Amino acid sequence: MLKKLLLGTVDWIDARIPMTETWNKHLAQYPTPVNFNFWYFFGSLAMLILVNQILTGIWLTMHYNPSAEGAFASIEYIMRDVPYGWLLRYMHSTGASAFFVVIYLHMFRGLIYGSYQKPRELIWIFGMFIFLALMAEAFMGYLLPWGQMSFWGAQVIISLFGAIPIVGDDLTLWIRGDYVISGATLNRFFALHVIAIPLALVVLVFLHIVALHEVGSNNPDGIEIKRKKGSIAEHEKSKFTFHKQYSAKKDIIDAIPFHPYFTVKDIMGVAGFLIFFCAVIFFMPEGGGYFLEAPNFEPANGLKTPTHIAPVWYYTPFYAILRAIPDKLIGVAFFGGSIVILFFLPWLDRCKVKSIRYRSWKHKLNIAQFTICFIVLGVLGALPTTPLLTKIAQVGTIGYFSFFIALWIYSKNEKTKPLPTRLTFK
Amino acid sequence: MSNAPVNSGRRKFLTLTTAVVGGVGAAVVAVPFVKSWSPSEKAKAAGAPVTVDISKIKPGQLIRVEWRGKPVWIVSRTQKILDELATLNDQLRDPNSQEPQQPEYALNTGRSLKPDIFVAVGICTHLGCSPTYLPDSFSEQVEGVESGFFCPCHGSKFDLAGRVFQNVPAPLNLVIPPHYYVSDTTILIGLDKGDA
Repeated sequence: MLKKLLLGTVDWIDARIPMTETWNKHLAQYPTPVNFNFWYFFGSLAMLILVNQILTGIWLTMHYNPSAEGAFASIEYIMRDVPYGWLLRYMHSTGASAFFVVIYLHMFRGLIYGSYQKPRELIWIFGMFIFLALMAEAFMGYLLPWGQMSFWGAQVIISLFGAIPIVGDDLTLWIRGDYVISGATLNRFFALHVIAIPLALVVLVFLHIVALHEVGSNNPDGIEIKRKKGSIAEHEKSKFTFHKQYSAKKDIIDAIPFHPYFTVKDIMGVAGFLIFFCAVIFFMPEGGGYFLEAPNFEPANGLKTPTHIAPVWYYTPFYAILRAIPDKLIGVAFFGGSIVILFFLPWLDRCKVKSIRYRSWKHKLNIAQFTICFIVLGVLGALPTTPLLTKIAQVGTIGYFSFFIALWIYSKNEKTKPLPTRLTFK
Repeated sequence: MSNAPVNSGRRKFLTLTTAVVGGVGAAVVAVPFVKSWSPSEKAKAAGAPVTVDISKIKPGQLIRVEWRGKPVWIVSRTQKILDELATLNDQLRDPNSQEPQQPEYALNTGRSLKPDIFVAVGICTHLGCSPTYLPDSFSEQVEGVESGFFCPCHGSKFDLAGRVFQNVPAPLNLVIPPHYYVSDTTILIGLDKGDA
């Protein structure tokens, strides 16, 4: 009786919107490579954190006061007086850092397995826009507590636009809405942080996934699971039923449906992630001064600069590049360029083989040096400058950019290993 | 586009003109959104330039005015001080004002429009304390230099052109605000000459 009612309801809905159809197309009959490994947790984890940020963010706005007079005190109020306010805030602030941990690992996965290559260029581009929106989101969010680092961090970053010739000074004035960082700046950053950018992020994530589901996931072997119709013997084809959108024109091999196989696997990832996430929230919510910086426990004061201004850890690699260049305009150009160049990765890599598993030693070495440079720059960006550290940052900057140049050169005629015909998995 | 059996020339014309008019409309609608980000009248009033009457300033005297919430100093420098400024170069971090801490017209030894009148923002470039003016006891800080600015917070030292001495925490010379002479004895602080 109940079952009949339930099925009747499903039929009723399906006659009006394609609910079951969508469920099958994108979950229950969506073909996913069998050989996904550890690196494939981070996409779903990023979605989890996005939900966490939106939920805790909405709750924080219920208690937060976006004004220069009231902002700092309202954070104290959330921390001390609002029931569980401390937890909501730490979930949000730790979530911001966790978001970048997960996104950087997610991008690194794309980098080593060539997931940005044809035909997945648009997935990468949408992903880069997500990364950019995320950086803007985090930067504006960091101003909201109206602490010393909020104020001076925003001061430094907004001043970067002042390096642009001719329009620079007017542009910074327009962004701030005042001659100094003030309540006007705080209010507009609040509006952008809680409405404009989250909306853009959700739309971009949707497009990222639409683009992904159109072409299907890459995998650690970098070979496709959808093959030419008729090219695979019947007994070798995947035994599962896949949606006709995927199976009608292609033979599908070494694939399993996303649900229940990867939903369950991703929940495993979520459990593992939550252990680390909760450990930070409960035992080191300030992240050793890297997630919430010490000067931010002092209210913003436009007449007193903290001794050492450092951005939050997730910006430090790019900040180090900015500081390594002894010229303001060129520094800003390299700073912007270090992010813009990532957009062009799908076209800078001219190799037909995707995965690092089957690529040349040159490529492995290049990725290794790029990773080291990125981490070294990240460490340097958090430290005060000395002449020696500046020299090291300059070397790191050269390493960072030469990754792309070298890639473009050697990938044209790269000596790769033969690709397997089937995915490799145990 | 559908290939309906209609006058396609007319269809194209209508589509184009509608698009152009619509585009202009969208651009015009953007104006209030973009403009609303500019400083409000309230912010402008608080950041408005200030005029200072310097007719009563005595040689060696410093007067303080507030501009955009910051102290601005006006110092009347004697010939003796001006002579001294020219001899300090090898003790300074940036004697020729290479760093853009001043408007173009203050890019000279005295970092000023008129040699005898010095205008600067009285905020230390280190941590934003306001340095102390030492008109005749600065030699305790820098041997052989009679007058200068000494920051009590972290010991940064500046000469009477606001140029920072070596081996102190402050990295840069003091900021010279945009300013010009409205008349011989009136200075306007906050705008360059010719700005509205």
